[in-house]
Amino acid sequence: MSLITTSSQTVGPYVKIGFESLAIEDLAPAGATGERITLTGRVLDGDGEPVNDGVVEIWQANAHGKYAHPEDAQDKPLDTAFRGFGRSLTRTDGGFRFTTIKPGAVPGPGGATQAPHIVVTVFMRGLLKHLITRVYFPDEPTNADDLVLKLVPQERRASLIAKHAPGDKAVLEWNVVVQGKDETVFFDY
Amino acid sequence: MGGEILNTVTEKMLGAIAGYRRPYFESQPPYLYPPYRSTVKRSPSRPLILLPHTLSEITGPVFGYDDVKPTDCDLTRQHDGDPLGERIVVSGRLLDENSRPVAHALVELWQANAAGRYRHVVDDHDAPLDPNFTGCGRVLTDSEGRYRFVTIKPGAYPWRNHYNAWRPAHLHFSLFGIGLVQRLVTQMYFPGDPLLGYDPMYNSVPDEKARLRMISTFDWENTIPDNALAFRYDIVLRGRDATPMDSTRS
Repeated sequence: MSLITTSSQTVGPYVKIGFESLAIEDLAPAGATGERITLTGRVLDGDGEPVNDGVVEIWQANAHGKYAHPEDAQDKPLDTAFRGFGRSLTRTDGGFRFTTIKPGAVPGPGGATQAPHIVVTVFMRGLLKHLITRVYFPDEPTNADDLVLKLVPQERRASLIAKHAPGDKAVLEWNVVVQGKDETVFFDY
Repeated sequence: MGGEILNTVTEKMLGAIAGYRRPYFESQPPYLYPPYRSTVKRSPSRPLILLPHTLSEITGPVFGYDDVKPTDCDLTRQHDGDPLGERIVVSGRLLDENSRPVAHALVELWQANAAGRYRHVVDDHDAPLDPNFTGCGRVLTDSEGRYRFVTIKPGAYPWRNHYNAWRPAHLHFSLFGIGLVQRLVTQMYFPGDPLLGYDPMYNSVPDEKARLRMISTFDWENTIPDNALAFRYDIVLRGRDATPMDSTRS
């Protein structure tokens, strides 16, 4: 029998009640292998106003480029200290923050390799269905060959690439602009 | 209406590894739906880019019993006293579009109390908080995709979307399937609620059959005599594409 996917509805303004107890901003406890990074930024609406009632979720591979998931059949090591899922509730200034490790490259369609990236899902009041995007890393030569980045018009690719914070290369800054001139590229899948 | 593009050429070029079917036409709301005012500044205005399903999308977070306490599924037992209101059992199955159960998946639930008030700093509705009700639950589905919560029937409440706007009673559900592609947040409504016809969130879904599936059904079999009424709510996540062999009739 074929069923039809249940309709999406907004998380509304009170999502904190449901999501706060499973908020995970530190994905990389002691023992996790890899280069430690902080990913931080703000979520902004079409007026440039901070979204202070949103939720940002991330999903990523470990430092070896392996996902902690049964469908990742790659012959690469799993890291028991690293699950790859994070959830941050935005602050008054729209800010979110994760401490994690830089993921390794993962396979892409047709035997290609994808540049290191983090998958991002965004929820908020006013969004009837979540937004899906990706963060890539600055100074990463493999970005030029990434099949997903190549789908994005050249002039909009910058919205998917984080920037080093001034004076601290381990801190990456990246904003989610929901709407407007500097709108982040969002994906449909 | 921005943000609703379907780039089939790209889809064919890149192929998809054990990908998922796209959602059925008009079963999902648009991003921009002006009757729900907050969508106007919180919806993307540029076309979305269709992403092939790679390992990054077909995988997703895996949760286990460490993430969920056995008491998390009973919202009436989280404080010393009993919450006020009508006790209800809400249960159902988490399935995919191919009718396969989604086992060991995380289900999160949050809601207002019986008076229609959320335990949240921004809720200033003039209705009482209940010291014995937080309104947050979670559970893992079993091997057959079943879940079950015990809670309190939430009240309707006013909101500021338009003059005399009221939200119908609802439960918020968040689901993680097997892969990130299946991630879903929805709301469960109650049968016979006269407010549904006036609610922009409910009516943002274009297809009537899809809207009706967000309404739970009264569930006599799961009522608890002398204790609780019951409602059934099955939730469907996206399903895998059929094997290429099945496409001969297309």
